[in-house]
Amino acid sequence: MAEADTSVRSTCPYCGVGCQIDLKVRNDRIYKVDAPFNIAPNFGRLCSKGRFGVDFVHHPSRLTQPLIRKDLGSKPRQPVGLEGFRPATWDEALDLAADRLAEIVQARGGDAIGTFCSAKATNEDNYIFQKFIRGVIGTNNVDHCARLCHAASVTGLQIAIGSSAMSNSIAEMKDLDMFIVTGSNTTETHPVISTFLREAIVNHGAKMVVVDPREIELCQFAELWLRPTAGTDVAVFQAMAQVIVSENLVDRDFLRERVENFENYRLEISDSTPEWAEAISGVPAADIRTAARLYAQANQAAIYWGMGISQSVHGTDNALSLSNLALLTGNLGKSGSGLNPLRGQNNVQGCSDSGGLPNVFPGYQLVTDDEIRTKFERDWGVLLNPQEGLTTMEMVDAAERGAIQAYFVMGENPMMSEPDLRHARHVMEDLDFILVQDIFLNETGEYADILLPAASFAEKSGTFTNSDRRVQLIRPAVPSPGQARADWEVLCDLAVRVEQRLGRESSAGFSFTSPAEIWDEMARLTPPFQGITYDRLERESGVHWPCPTPDHPGTPYLFTDTFPRGKGQLVSLDYNPSAELPDDEFPFILSTGRVLYHWHGGTMTRRSKLDDIYPEPTVEIHPLDADQLGVQAGDWIQVRSRRGQIRVRTLVTERSPQGMVFIPFHFAEAAANELTMDVRDERAKIPDYKVCAVAVEPLAE
Amino acid sequence: MTPEPITITIDGQQISVSPEVTLMQAIASIGQDTPVICFHEATTSEGLCRLCVVEVEGWRTLAPACVTKVADEMVLHTDSERVRRARRTILEMLSSAVDLSEAPAIQQQIDDYQADPERFPEAHRRTQPILDDNPFYVRDYEKCVLCWRCVQACGDDLQFTYALSLGGRGYETKIATFFNAPMPETTCVFCGNCVAVCPTNALKGKTEFYLDQGMDYDQIRLQRRRQQKSSSQDKKNG
Amino acid sequence: MEPEITNAAQYEQYLDSVRSHGRTMLLPALIAAQQSFRHISPETATAVSKALKVPLADITGMIEFYTMLKIEPVGETHIAVCTSPVCAAKQAHQLLHEMSANAAPGVTTEAVACLGLCDHAPAVLVNDRQVGSVTPKTDLSSANGRVQSRLHGEERMLTQWCEEDVEHTLENFLECGGFQGLRAALEHSPDEVIETVKQSGLRGRGGAGFPTGTKWEGAAQASGHPKYLVINQDESEPGTFKDRALLLGDPFLILEGILIAAYAIGAEHGYFYIRGEYPFAQQVLNHTITQARQAGYLGQRILGREFNFELEIRSGAGAYICGEETALFESIEGKRGFPRIKPPFPTTHGLFGRPTVINNVETIVNIPLIFKIGVDHYRSMGSPAAPGPRLFSLSGSVVDPGVYEITTPVTLRQLIYGLGGGIPNGRKLQAVLLGGAAGKFVPPEKLDLLLTDEALRPLGLSVGSGAVMVYDDQVDLRLVLSSLADFFAHESCGKCYPCQLGTQRQAEITHRMLAGQVLTGDLDRLQDVGWTMTDASLCGLGQTASHAILSAVELWPELIVEPDPKQVRS
Repeated sequence: MAEADTSVRSTCPYCGVGCQIDLKVRNDRIYKVDAPFNIAPNFGRLCSKGRFGVDFVHHPSRLTQPLIRKDLGSKPRQPVGLEGFRPATWDEALDLAADRLAEIVQARGGDAIGTFCSAKATNEDNYIFQKFIRGVIGTNNVDHCARLCHAASVTGLQIAIGSSAMSNSIAEMKDLDMFIVTGSNTTETHPVISTFLREAIVNHGAKMVVVDPREIELCQFAELWLRPTAGTDVAVFQAMAQVIVSENLVDRDFLRERVENFENYRLEISDSTPEWAEAISGVPAADIRTAARLYAQANQAAIYWGMGISQSVHGTDNALSLSNLALLTGNLGKSGSGLNPLRGQNNVQGCSDSGGLPNVFPGYQLVTDDEIRTKFERDWGVLLNPQEGLTTMEMVDAAERGAIQAYFVMGENPMMSEPDLRHARHVMEDLDFILVQDIFLNETGEYADILLPAASFAEKSGTFTNSDRRVQLIRPAVPSPGQARADWEVLCDLAVRVEQRLGRESSAGFSFTSPAEIWDEMARLTPPFQGITYDRLERESGVHWPCPTPDHPGTPYLFTDTFPRGKGQLVSLDYNPSAELPDDEFPFILSTGRVLYHWHGGTMTRRSKLDDIYPEPTVEIHPLDADQLGVQAGDWIQVRSRRGQIRVRTLVTERSPQGMVFIPFHFAEAAANELTMDVRDERAKIPDYKVCAVAVEPLAE
Repeated sequence: MTPEPITITIDGQQISVSPEVTLMQAIASIGQDTPVICFHEATTSEGLCRLCVVEVEGWRTLAPACVTKVADEMVLHTDSERVRRARRTILEMLSSAVDLSEAPAIQQQIDDYQADPERFPEAHRRTQPILDDNPFYVRDYEKCVLCWRCVQACGDDLQFTYALSLGGRGYETKIATFFNAPMPETTCVFCGNCVAVCPTNALKGKTEFYLDQGMDYDQIRLQRRRQQKSSSQDKKNG
Repeated sequence: MEPEITNAAQYEQYLDSVRSHGRTMLLPALIAAQQSFRHISPETATAVSKALKVPLADITGMIEFYTMLKIEPVGETHIAVCTSPVCAAKQAHQLLHEMSANAAPGVTTEAVACLGLCDHAPAVLVNDRQVGSVTPKTDLSSANGRVQSRLHGEERMLTQWCEEDVEHTLENFLECGGFQGLRAALEHSPDEVIETVKQSGLRGRGGAGFPTGTKWEGAAQASGHPKYLVINQDESEPGTFKDRALLLGDPFLILEGILIAAYAIGAEHGYFYIRGEYPFAQQVLNHTITQARQAGYLGQRILGREFNFELEIRSGAGAYICGEETALFESIEGKRGFPRIKPPFPTTHGLFGRPTVINNVETIVNIPLIFKIGVDHYRSMGSPAAPGPRLFSLSGSVVDPGVYEITTPVTLRQLIYGLGGGIPNGRKLQAVLLGGAAGKFVPPEKLDLLLTDEALRPLGLSVGSGAVMVYDDQVDLRLVLSSLADFFAHESCGKCYPCQLGTQRQAEITHRMLAGQVLTGDLDRLQDVGWTMTDASLCGLGQTASHAILSAVELWPELIVEPDPKQVRS
């Protein structure tokens, strides 16, 4: 019987639930993952990724030494595999990187560099990253993939209430009375959260309304399943709001005390009847009424949503249509009741919290606010750029125009995650310099000039902040392979080298010896973190921010008394159709998303046992459509859009409605984003991954 | 509101406890362990293994300490001859039915109660083939002691996925899937929460399984690449 | 009871009709499928799962728990041969062997636990037709399928109007004074009715003997709503068949008792759980309920009062354990029949977690009588500890097997030799198994024991469900013990370890006894297993599973002779 040499408590590196895990190590290998039963947020529960999917850590294709592209300087840049790189020492690689970055800063200014920090790296890694970019490179061009997932939720919630995180904790879920799940296939994307939602239904009699075009697993547990045509969510939620207003199901006290713009809103919404919504969405008006009543009349009602809401050309409107419902009914600001965008990555909350965004320092302190900027300038001892930086997609645009000449990508894979990949690749081809820091060579790394090998989550210390704002520790369990180093260490080393080349008289401060020291600096400058220390995290296993003082217990649910913007705002909305609708040539709606056994660009899960159970790219197609096309389950078929085409295997199922196909975006060999379209929500700048038009064609054998 | 404590006697020692605790908790409060197999903090106690039985004065039968609540002036004997005989016999019968080689806690109990694992010669054992039908874990039900925890974990206690049920009946009770289909053809989502609560390694992660077979990590990795080829087709119709 | 179903479309229609009830219709739906298709296919199971929202795996769990449900199809003619202790003593195993060896195409056979036809041993069930006193030569196709039990008794109070071979109509029942007890009871408040039942001293006749009035009071006073009344006719205790005789003999009387009970405890919904091996009795019951409903004795405002009550029939499907009250609830709830941990007790947390009274059929038949003749008269019958008339199921080696109503306590000798006509063919009495499989053996020397709780309890004996199984000197008692042990091993639900493991180990030892291959230490093993089951099992099944066997080896040590006593473990 295998016995563990050590057992190391850590935080799962996959989705935003932030499960606490015990890594069982034998001979410097993780051979088993357990979970403590008495600790939030997962209380012993794990999903297949957390339990069986961390073996990527030991995959032989981990990057183990710094690598430099052999054909350095030749253009257009071609993607290359490992054979296209030569090994280098850390000194050589970092000096070369520092030379190139300093040259560009001196020649074109810091704004000529676009940088991507990482929702997978720790808060400490990301803090150092943005400190380096802002304090040394001198630009606010810092963004990460939150832009591609919840930017619309963030923007919408900022408008409505002035805060954008999940308002409630995962621990509150099992005691809910009623909740709505929309645009989230929670069982596959946040599996452990889904268990708590099902627990609320099965063991506590909660009622759930699912609003989703796909027949997701949760539908089996639903009191009511509304199935709108993809992209018509706003109409459904508007109509629910109309029912709540017209049937006087509003929370009068809440509206009076905590909400503004009700009178206007009431007038403008009066035409948005369930019948109107039925005509748009196909959801029966009677069901919309029932759903509205269920939501409005429950004591504790929450809304959970995912990418189906935010990754839309009208994602901000989608989010606002949900915040309107909560504000009308007062389902906000109490235990279990609130607005909850489920975050997709282990530290997407923390990366944003730590300043991984182009407009804010850590803790969402605006870079354009003089007082705030002065605080950081004083602390770091440097002058800071007062201009907001560019978002992910804007950086692509800027690179295309030549305004950006270099990319620095840490732990992200834009060459899988951005829409319209053909276009994105084209942009990469012409950049002057690309620096990539990662644990594997992925589709983005193939374009790099220099590849820096990073330590994985299992090889370093730090903190992740999960979807419900709980800051939790990770701890080193196994040694890094080869010369791989923790991101923060590499960043500090690189930053000092760049500072030297730029002739900085004093350093902005990169002489950290541990992530704990980095956390202390970030907490000092970030009021909501000030009460959180590593000692406390060790003791309490996790703390929900905001936590302003050492004796503050942390905040599992937000907005008990007030909203960050003061009063909540009801926002009138118009329904707008999707940007690209099916036509004769491209008769299907394509929706993209995740499956249980894979995660994001597949960099980790495709190098894990998980790939054994789901090894190939698939397309979900309705049996009637399959019949009409003459394709059988398991056939390879081609899916084509105006932007590209991919080959995938058919999965014949009634999960997606007729006329819609669903493709997971994890498979590099058939990247769904070859098909998607770079069309963005105006306010949030998030691309629409959920609705575009495609043709589905059988392949000749 | 905390209810008034009550007084009970455990092996001659009078103690004061909350009326809401179980006998097991009361016994634990004086620093004494109660042997038990089926109990787990995360799953519902169903009083299955009966190893935790104790003698309550005035009761006709022994009381399972994991699920019996204390009552005022209860007098308990946790180590009487009746208790020891029941515990010993249960362990002996279990030893004659299943493979306990990877259940160190039960082996310890066997030692503690001087149970003879060979007590029942010519006993019909619940011999079953090892089920190796998915990339993540192996099911060796010859080691299954029917503690129900995997079924509970898959169902209403942890996962709410319901891929498992109890099948068969009586001595032939077993863990079943729908028409005993291989796991990839069931509603199983391979969360492994069942593996985590298994007390006897009847459910074991594949890496651990291979390690126990003496493979090194590189061999283990190749092992699963080979499997991929044969299993890739299965999932397609899922 | 269900509409005739012959194809999948009709079955889907049936599922549609029960869909809204959810999981509680699971066992009925599976039984309907079994009857229609002779097995339950994965496709059928999937349809059931969808319709009733029951996880797929749980359906397999159900099929494998209830022996009348099959994964593999049975033949067009399926013969279930009873092998329980009375039938076993009458060569049932040989009968089964010959029937399966000579089975025609399309005929399948199987050994089953007690069919409740012990007074007609050996007995079989051919599809849904009962046939008794079977020999290999019996023409099974010509039997009418209804086995009647003879009713006896010098003074018949409970069984006064019992008549088996007639069609029972409400008119007849009313003509014979039916519902007088109900009318009398309804003159009183529910509390007063309960008080009367308490005064009567009636104790449950299912085996455990709990005071009925106290049980009613507990449920009536419990806070949950709604409240349920459940009638337990999962009469599966080997040697017991009195409840079948009552149902076939006077079904409306049972209904009358049910109505009084429902009124007293405030239940508006009741379930009548009847074992699957009693198909004809189910028809009779169904017919009775239909008539009663049409005449307004079930439904809203019964007899013009503020009293509403509906009664639903639920069939078992081959699981003795479902006679255990909480296992029976689980079964109605659509689950495997696992007994629950008690407390909490059914009176507060019963069916669907609500306050529930569950009564045996014989118990419930006593109720109208109490209200008809009054407490004083009632208490003059029986014994002070257990007043009222009492039914005994007499079977085995007696001239006159059948159901005996006893109003004035008799001894075993009087019952067997006086009323039952003695041992046939001039044989000698060898042993009596008193109280069913869960009871104990009584030797011929103890025949003058009075069959009352007062007389039996000091000897560790009990009337139990009133089963009296008589064995003559030709019977190999080791065969009887082995059959008993097989019965418990087969019927153990498998929930708690002592019973799950112990019934198997006990059966193995009795097999060795029967084969004459007893091992050194087997007596000690048998006793440790038996005492552990008695002391540590979760429910009454395990707690009594060794009683008969241990009592036999104590009375007749020669049944288990070890080869070398010196090596017996001390």
